[in-house]
Amino acid sequence: MTATLRNADPVLDEFAVAVGAEGTLSVAGNRTRWDVGGPLAPDTRIISAPTGIVEYIPEEMIVTVRAGTSVDELHRTLAERGQWTALPERGGTVGGAVAVGQSDYRRPARGDLRSAVLQVRYVSAEGTLVTGGGPTVKNVSGFDLPRLITGSLGTLGCIAEVILRTNPIPATTRWLSSTDADPFAIHARLLRPGPVLWDGTTTQVMLFGHDIDVTADVDRLRSVGRFDDCDEPSAPAGHRWSVPPAALTNMAALDTGAFVAEVGVGIIHAERAQIRPPLDPGARLIHERMKAEFDPTGRLNPGRIAGVR
Amino acid sequence: MSLLDRFRDRVGSSAATTGDPLVDDLRAALSPERVKTDGAQRSLLGKDASVFDGGSAGPICYPVSTAEVVEIMRIAQVHERAVVPRGAGTGLAGGAIPLGAPIVVAVTKMTSILEIDEANGVAWVEPGVINLDLTRQLTPLGYHFAPDPSSQQVCTIGGNVANNSGGPHCLAYGVTNSHVAAIEVVSPAGEVIMLGGLDPEPDGYDLRGVFVGSEGTLGIATKVAVRLTKNRPAVRTLLMSFASVRDAANTVSDVIAAGIVPAAMEVMDQRITEAVENYVGAGYPTDAAAVLLAEVDGPDEGIDIDADRIAEIGRGNHATMVRVAADDTERALLWKGRKTAFGAVAQIAPDYYLHDTVVPRSALADVLDEIYAIADRHDLLIMNVFHAGDGNLHPLIVFDGRDEGVLDRVHAAGGEIIEASLAAGGVLSGEHGIGVEKQKYMDRLFSDADLEHQNRLRRAFDPVCRANPGKVLPMGHSCADIQQLRSVPTGVWG
Ligand SMILES: Cc1cc2nc3c(=O)[nH]c(=O)nc-3n(C[C@H](O)[C@H](O)[C@H](O)COP(=O)(O)OP(=O)(O)OC[C@H]3O[C@@H](n4cnc5c(N)ncnc54)[C@H](O)[C@@H]3O)c2cc1C
Repeated sequence: MTATLRNADPVLDEFAVAVGAEGTLSVAGNRTRWDVGGPLAPDTRIISAPTGIVEYIPEEMIVTVRAGTSVDELHRTLAERGQWTALPERGGTVGGAVAVGQSDYRRPARGDLRSAVLQVRYVSAEGTLVTGGGPTVKNVSGFDLPRLITGSLGTLGCIAEVILRTNPIPATTRWLSSTDADPFAIHARLLRPGPVLWDGTTTQVMLFGHDIDVTADVDRLRSVGRFDDCDEPSAPAGHRWSVPPAALTNMAALDTGAFVAEVGVGIIHAERAQIRPPLDPGARLIHERMKAEFDPTGRLNPGRIAGVR
Repeated sequence: MSLLDRFRDRVGSSAATTGDPLVDDLRAALSPERVKTDGAQRSLLGKDASVFDGGSAGPICYPVSTAEVVEIMRIAQVHERAVVPRGAGTGLAGGAIPLGAPIVVAVTKMTSILEIDEANGVAWVEPGVINLDLTRQLTPLGYHFAPDPSSQQVCTIGGNVANNSGGPHCLAYGVTNSHVAAIEVVSPAGEVIMLGGLDPEPDGYDLRGVFVGSEGTLGIATKVAVRLTKNRPAVRTLLMSFASVRDAANTVSDVIAAGIVPAAMEVMDQRITEAVENYVGAGYPTDAAAVLLAEVDGPDEGIDIDADRIAEIGRGNHATMVRVAADDTERALLWKGRKTAFGAVAQIAPDYYLHDTVVPRSALADVLDEIYAIADRHDLLIMNVFHAGDGNLHPLIVFDGRDEGVLDRVHAAGGEIIEASLAAGGVLSGEHGIGVEKQKYMDRLFSDADLEHQNRLRRAFDPVCRANPGKVLPMGHSCADIQQLRSVPTGVWG
């Protein structure tokens, strides 16, 4: 083990003490997604996670960062070395983004958040610091705690620190917009389409890669419609839907109201909320057992249920 | 005493195979021909491709449907017996080795590609579908299945899922976990559960994500939605020679450091290259200390930008030769050489032990130096062929098992390789898993609390330890306990 990766870190130990072993508790980040998962039970003690970038190794494409660090700060640091991560830039903290588990709307270019968390250190319901995963991109050393904790909304443990995979920022990115092109044809036409955002009328697409590839992609796109350069859109707002990508071809069947859809992905940012089908009973049982195993007294983030958007 | 020995002791050694009421129930549920109990089958399926022996199979079932797998699980429950899922048995960590006469569930007759759903970017397949068969079926439609383990001609999708398998082209594309959207699983309680889904953010904990790589310990995968990856319009394959392994390793870490993530970067040292050349004549130079096979792919236009930069970085690290494969035939031949490396080794010595650790890319050269020193110390022949771009080492110890005491030296060297990898900041396994091979090293990487939490994850799926007991977690942290064996009739499955 290299000295810095799993070494005792007094900052994490202090956090473990703060979590303790008793009483209900929630970790607050910047509260940008505070409502995800339902309302927090009243009288829950609220603490914040430790901050700071612990170690950044651009040559290895990994960064070790404490959970309370803001994603903006992290990405500013990475950008100095021409890299970024899959974490969404919505003003939140690293720990919040990992706990919620939602990828950025630029996921096709930046990668999937759930594949980016290589190692997680969290404080358990008993107040113990636990490490899962490891610092390498490839790793099948035991059960995959990073996947379990990512998206668990702090209901299984309080995230203290993560190692994230970083990626090179493409040499060129370019946003184009069209009002007459079929968004699904755009997606099919490109080898590695970047994000394709569609609101029912206008399609905005990001091309990325070497300059020469992006230019060639622009020509490919112009064979399916009229495209103009545009500014990078801001992150779409609204209720978040998650549907199979093919469902977007029949938006009339979905009661979204006004929407921005991520074509090829299946996320919709909509005026109205999605009514989710209940979990299948077998999976629900495993969920309940998982919660009981990791947090038998229900002290972590009481009231919240992972996956309720 | 090792876990394996404890299981072995439990089971006794009589050779009778009938007289277990379990078998009658299984035969009634499937069909008599698809429940095997003969010694030949059981000894064959008592092993996998690892060096570990000492497995002991109970009845071997070949289900053809999810419903039959459910039946098997229910019967296992009634008879309080363990169940071990099995694909092609090419695992290298002993994951499919049956411990203590469990029911072996071989999914090799579940081989249908059920649906290719281009609109959702997935194909639904049964777990016994062979990796390369899947890609062959997808190719005419313009797609392939990205994970391409060297064993892809024989290994199954179920095994790929269970081991989170990788391959040379997983450097840019990611290992199996990135290519599986949903998994239908028969739980240890005999329920059919859908994990994950075709939508990008299914509700709840990421149970799909944790099932991938769980080595058959969380249930049996009976249907998998694998992601379709578009075929590559343009490919450049570079072959570079180096006068030292260190130069090749440094080239690899410099390429990544330059912000290039090629489709693949594989290194072979001189010994393995010679073996490959003797075996298939792929056109590798045999006078170089190491060769690096680097591949970039993508749209036609910019393909040479990265290829040229990689060549330049190689020359900067003293490459003695840089060659670009002239056409698809030459490229295919180079890859054939790389992928048959393990077959080639069989020409040199009857036995090999293939290791699998991951180290930071910047530590590759130093760790390789240490590995060669370890080989010298133990008077063993070690060859190196590895997924260099990921830092995934595959030291290959070649030996003749008939030599007195050689296995002890092989295992001692293996242990030192693992220690050297961990000391460099690495992990125990990049793609072969823990199985029975590396259980005893788990506490070198994880604390007691870490292991206890891994066991919690497992227990949530399988509170009674029905699925593949005795794997992954070390004794004391798992339900490796012998409870499952209590109801095995004495002497029946010797
Ligand atoms: C020559 C050679 C080269 C190899 N090269 C690579 C490589 O490049 N990359 C790589 O990653 N691996 C490689 N391997 C290892 C091995 O091929 C892979 O791990 C493969 O995915 C195993 O598939 P299998 O069908 O043989 O599984 P098995 O060996 O039969 O089983 C492996 C594990 O999966 C479980 N399992 C099998 N099917 C199911 C199911 N349906 N549901 C739940 N669990 C299941 C088993 O219980 C066991 O724990 C290589 C092996 C050999 C012999």
